[in-house]
Amino acid sequence: MCLAVPGKIMGIEGEDPIFRTGKVNFGGIVKQINLAYVPEAKIGDYVLVHVGFAISTIDEAEAQEVFEYLRQIGELAELEENHTP
Amino acid sequence: MRFIDEYRDARAAQQYARALKRITTHPWTIMEVCGGQTHAIVKFGVDELLPSEVTLVHGPGCPVCVTPVELIEKAIEIASRPNVIFCSFGDMLRVPGLSKDLLSVKAAGGDVRIVYSPLDALKLAVDHPEREVVFFAVGFETTAPANAMAVFQASRSSVRNFSLLVSHVLVPPAMEAILSFPDTRVQGFLAAGHVCAIMGFTEYEPIAQKYRVPIVVTGFEPLDILQGIYMCIRQLEEGRAEVENQYSRSVRREGNLPAQKLIREVFRVVPRKWRGVGEIPQSGLGLQERYAAYDAEARFGIAHYTAEEPAECMSGLILQGIRKPLECPAFGVRCTPEHPLGATMVSSEGACAAYYQYRRRKN
Repeated sequence: MCLAVPGKIMGIEGEDPIFRTGKVNFGGIVKQINLAYVPEAKIGDYVLVHVGFAISTIDEAEAQEVFEYLRQIGELAELEENHTP
Repeated sequence: MRFIDEYRDARAAQQYARALKRITTHPWTIMEVCGGQTHAIVKFGVDELLPSEVTLVHGPGCPVCVTPVELIEKAIEIASRPNVIFCSFGDMLRVPGLSKDLLSVKAAGGDVRIVYSPLDALKLAVDHPEREVVFFAVGFETTAPANAMAVFQASRSSVRNFSLLVSHVLVPPAMEAILSFPDTRVQGFLAAGHVCAIMGFTEYEPIAQKYRVPIVVTGFEPLDILQGIYMCIRQLEEGRAEVENQYSRSVRREGNLPAQKLIREVFRVVPRKWRGVGEIPQSGLGLQERYAAYDAEARFGIAHYTAEEPAECMSGLILQGIRKPLECPAFGVRCTPEHPLGATMVSSEGACAAYYQYRRRKN
């Protein structure tokens, strides 16, 4: 029920903040999404969408945190070692 | 897809699994609160990567599963009326009431429609001014801003043939209820990331302190969950009980302030019954007095309905983390997704449905 899917804002419409919407691209599927709750979001940003509403903008820097943390706990070196291109 | 695929990297998952084995010295039981996390754990086999000392129990975070049978009965009653278009998320249609479900109302000619968003229901009301359009507003804090917006827009645009059957529940009171049970096994929580995207996580800090449990705000992909478990185990091993945020790419400490503002505008905190658990004080949302005109229970005169839960289903114990689906004698025999005894077998996020889909053959 609390499923939320990340998508990229392709365009923004609407003057009234309550009715502000945007075209959001989810891996090729584009939907009209209400942007009232992410007033800071702009074209090109990724937002997390739940039942037609963007509920959060995704922080690009923080998105690396899962891998940063792994590096910090001393495992990423081994990960890279095992990763043969 | 970006922000999904990278968090399913098998090598990084193995690294987290090894790191977890290194730091785990005691048996620990952690509850993932959200049904979306339960689903991901069982689907991707995250639990099978964990050290044998770590047990995951599945929490009450499936709004479909915790909606009490009397609200299902109210939905069935409203949906059966001739002038009504009854709108709902798809999951609710097969949740058993006392004698039937919403899908059988639809089969008998009721106008029951599955919508993606409450705004779709509002649009139906605008397009059909001669009909009564009712939206079944179930959900946790994640969904509350969407339902609040539907009511707010209806009010601003003077749409009068629209109402909500509200069954909104709140996560922190349920976590406190679980911690207060005398036979609780839960020593740490993975808090529901999307609930916290809306509400932030300051309200979990007093819970962590009072009950001495670590609470880690956690996302929904396998690496998110593994990192969340790692952070939780690390706190347990070090004797800490703090609120930490694994899901920082989407969750800020204060949450989404415009969304919280509209929730407060439209809803107020009320006591709610949880299916299989009973009434929990201050654990739900109901419409504010000033939006009472949008309350379907009042509009259709059914606020007084009550109904008792059927006895055979043990979903209450499953939702509290006391039992697991495979321990139920009815599982997969008398209770299947086609013929569910309880809601945990219906919803795609219900623990029983997740085990049925991914674990039935293996076991």
